[in-house]
Amino acid sequence: MEAITDFVSAIVLLLNFIVVPGLSYGSQLALGALGITLVFGILRFANFAHGDTMAFGTMMTILVTWWLQSKGINLGPLPTALLALPAGIAATILLLVVTDKTVYRYYRHSKAVPVTFMIASMGVMFMTNGIVRFVIGPNDQRFLDGERFIVSARNFKSMTGLSEGLSIKVSQGLTIVVAIVLVALLFWFLQKTRTGKAMRAYSDNEDLALLSGVDPDRVVLVTWIITAILATIAGTLYGLDKSFKPFTYLQLLLPMFAAAIVGGIGNPIGAIAGGYVIAFSEVMVTYAYKKVFVYLLPQSLEPQGLLQLLSTDYKFAVSFVILVLVLLVRPTGILRGKVL
Amino acid sequence: MSNTLKTQLAFSVIALLLIIIGLVQSWNVSLGILNLCLISAVMALGVNMQWGYAGLLNVGVMGFAALGGMSAVLVSQAPVAEAWQASWGRLLIAALCFAATIAASIICYRILAAGRNRNLALALVIIGGLALTRFFFDPAVTAIESIEPAKTGFLGGMGLPIIFSWGFGGIVAAGIAWCIGKVALGLRADYLAIATLGISEIILAVLKNEDWLTRGVKNVTGLSRPVPYEIDLQTTTWFIDFIRWWHSGALGVLNEAEQPPALKQFVIDGSSIFVKLCYTGLFAGVLVVILLLSVKALNSPWGRMMRAIRDNEIAAGAMGKDVTRRHLQIFIIGSAVIGVAGAMLTTLDGQFTPTSYQPLRFTFLIWVMVIVGGSGNNMGSVLGGFLIWLVWIEAEPIGVWLMAFGTGWLDESNVIRIHLIENAQHMRLFFMGLVLLLVLRFSPGGILPEVVRKQGS
Amino acid sequence: MSFLSGENMVGGYGGADILKGCSIDVNEGEIAVIVGPNGAGKSTAMRALLGMLDLKQGSVQFRGKDISSLSPQDRIAKGIAFVPQTSNVFTSMTVFENLEMGAFLRNDDISETVEQIYELFPILAEKKDQLAGELSGGQRQQVAVGRALMSQPAVLMLDEPTAGVSPIVMDELFDRILEVRQTGVAILMVEQNARQALDIADQGFVLVIGENRHTDTGAALLADPEVRRSFLGG
Repeated sequence: MEAITDFVSAIVLLLNFIVVPGLSYGSQLALGALGITLVFGILRFANFAHGDTMAFGTMMTILVTWWLQSKGINLGPLPTALLALPAGIAATILLLVVTDKTVYRYYRHSKAVPVTFMIASMGVMFMTNGIVRFVIGPNDQRFLDGERFIVSARNFKSMTGLSEGLSIKVSQGLTIVVAIVLVALLFWFLQKTRTGKAMRAYSDNEDLALLSGVDPDRVVLVTWIITAILATIAGTLYGLDKSFKPFTYLQLLLPMFAAAIVGGIGNPIGAIAGGYVIAFSEVMVTYAYKKVFVYLLPQSLEPQGLLQLLSTDYKFAVSFVILVLVLLVRPTGILRGKVL
Repeated sequence: MSNTLKTQLAFSVIALLLIIIGLVQSWNVSLGILNLCLISAVMALGVNMQWGYAGLLNVGVMGFAALGGMSAVLVSQAPVAEAWQASWGRLLIAALCFAATIAASIICYRILAAGRNRNLALALVIIGGLALTRFFFDPAVTAIESIEPAKTGFLGGMGLPIIFSWGFGGIVAAGIAWCIGKVALGLRADYLAIATLGISEIILAVLKNEDWLTRGVKNVTGLSRPVPYEIDLQTTTWFIDFIRWWHSGALGVLNEAEQPPALKQFVIDGSSIFVKLCYTGLFAGVLVVILLLSVKALNSPWGRMMRAIRDNEIAAGAMGKDVTRRHLQIFIIGSAVIGVAGAMLTTLDGQFTPTSYQPLRFTFLIWVMVIVGGSGNNMGSVLGGFLIWLVWIEAEPIGVWLMAFGTGWLDESNVIRIHLIENAQHMRLFFMGLVLLLVLRFSPGGILPEVVRKQGS
Repeated sequence: MSFLSGENMVGGYGGADILKGCSIDVNEGEIAVIVGPNGAGKSTAMRALLGMLDLKQGSVQFRGKDISSLSPQDRIAKGIAFVPQTSNVFTSMTVFENLEMGAFLRNDDISETVEQIYELFPILAEKKDQLAGELSGGQRQQVAVGRALMSQPAVLMLDEPTAGVSPIVMDELFDRILEVRQTGVAILMVEQNARQALDIADQGFVLVIGENRHTDTGAALLADPEVRRSFLGG
């Protein structure tokens, strides 16, 4: 009997510290990587400003959330930020469309090489970053309200009688649900609608798409709009789950790029797969497995150390190593994207 | 306007600005800015070699600069004898294990045929080898870090004069650049950019967390100096005499009672300016040497080949030039120059603080310098380094002043006014981005564009 | 009165002129073929008709109207379809989606046209849900031609449709092209396989360094001893 309880406890431990955080972080990365991969597929450059686009969208959402909170409006158990999201998205769409009109369109029309776009995106990154810091400051901002847990560790323990607790935060549950809905919508859009098909065609073969009568400006506009939606939602979910700090969003750039490339850049399914691969690798490699083995192994074989492969400070290294491995072994990514 | 005239004009403007800052703010501030301008110029030269000569997009400047900073610690700090004593045996075994792991995996890779078996064998060798290495390494680290953690807690350095670290920093950066280049240079520009972005984050993670090596976030302060200390100067006879002679006019009008305190103040001010001038001399020397070498290299057959490769990789490859190998060369050299600048910067700061390395400041700002100055043109990079650093530093007070001025009609305690003034410093990021975009769009060659030699000249 | 014609076209891609005054035209329900040695400007002439390069001189007429100033997209909207030589299908989309993209500018019901294409190229009906990138070279060419026909064009331009396919497939493709002609579409085609192409051509143009060298019916060109000696290998 005790062996079974121990086994279940070990599973609960893994669920609590690996599966749930991995799923929610993976969903956030996937949504971010989708934005990067869409921009790459349609506009054909690696967008360094994407992290700051997320920060901008999140900031706008936070500002509206604060305003709503000050008016006493809330969503009960759910975070008020959900109510503020549409406003944040609208502002981000405006930002991206204005950036495209003032910056990228010129290079598109003069058929500039991708590197020029990349450098331009660095300029955009600077400017967006400056705006975000100017408006909301460089510090941590919390904007989570409503219930904190769907399942709290204490309730779980008293319900099951196990010694290990499983906790699922509202923000985590929300992240996973929203990501599923959003991805389903995106795929429906890309597979079934006329504009979505035009986008896929344009990404696949620009010249032939033009020969078929696809309007490039419209495709690009729609791409930025979708990117803004994905970026704002991904950023807000990340901010709800962890906290909002402009600098961390800049740092998300690397795992998001890694996710997009690992999955096969330009390939939306690849971006999602890549997001989860990166997130789970980070969580699994930096988790200390000692307790799991304490449950599973007889006392005599109990491990001495923490059984942690890498300290959590090296989580960037994980995405990077995966990135390098994929580049070496299979440059097109797991799901065959374009070769950059 | 010819480039030479533009160069002269631009540098005159910068000199003028520095003089104005010297007169309005203080000479100390002005010289401080000048020193950082010189370091920025060296960094920009390094990036320009990679981007301007060869078209390689290095977004990991921060990492290489931080490696240079680390070298300053490793060269100048005195070795911590106890730490070595407590750990050398295990460290040696760990190093041997690590070397053996690498050797074994290379042998594995060479002997076995490509396929699942090789991948499996490689994975086993690497994981097993690393586990074994850590078995010896972890206790060694614990031993090192437990020795006087508040003061040392690391292995220390070589105890050499810090100026050697400038070369050492270049070598370390070159070594890491070789590793990255081997992996990422065969791929296209976008991948190299992302790969370098990643490696710089990893370098920073290592520097922040490997306390046995760099004390991590506990920082290493009080690094030795290649120039005299102010406090020593202030008690040195020749220096006091020199200051007395320099300020003899001002001192002459004072009466006897007023003279000693006035002289003391002059000596204090003068010592700080003198120290800064010493740094200026050293940095300017390094800059001139690197600049001369790169101008020479750029105009040599090697430099022409580099540009030929940059302008048409496929054609150059078809002509039998080993493009990847050349790229590796220039990537290593450029990174080494950035490493040198990083070591110089830490030397100037007198301390190594890993948390001070921020990508916006150390990677992207350098890029703005190169693009604005003129990619492919060495003088342009130097100019970009000077100009952008000046703007970067002065944008803060000017921004605050502008905000205060612009919101003057609001009440002192107005929330918006306070917010605007407090956050004005962040607008310089916005401003830098704007400058980058404007130059890229309307003057893609930068202020001093690359000189394209006509055929036959 | 020819249907689509380019007269006295001069121009290139920014550098030296590739076309030095050549004229091409095709009549309704006919096949016109452009042949000639490498570098003669065959594909360039076709691209000029589509408006993909700026002409310094000459004009392009379609249905009696001057369309020289229209963009390629506008010309396509007017009823000219073009099948490029390479990358002429959307490899990551299914065969059916490729056909749909061909009809992108149409707002009416396309199912009838799709059925017609399936009748013409039965293999496409069989593989309609397969990705175009997974098909063989000959099948891809059929997708490419099918995609172009989806816009119900009046003129179909094919740039070396048989490049890189086996002789058997080439014969089959030519048969299909003849069938397409039956539907009343004017066909203009650039071909390396000059003999076979002239065999099915109503009109033939032999280009040499950007100029017309010989212009006649396909049969007459095949019979011309000079054309045979210089361009058809005896």
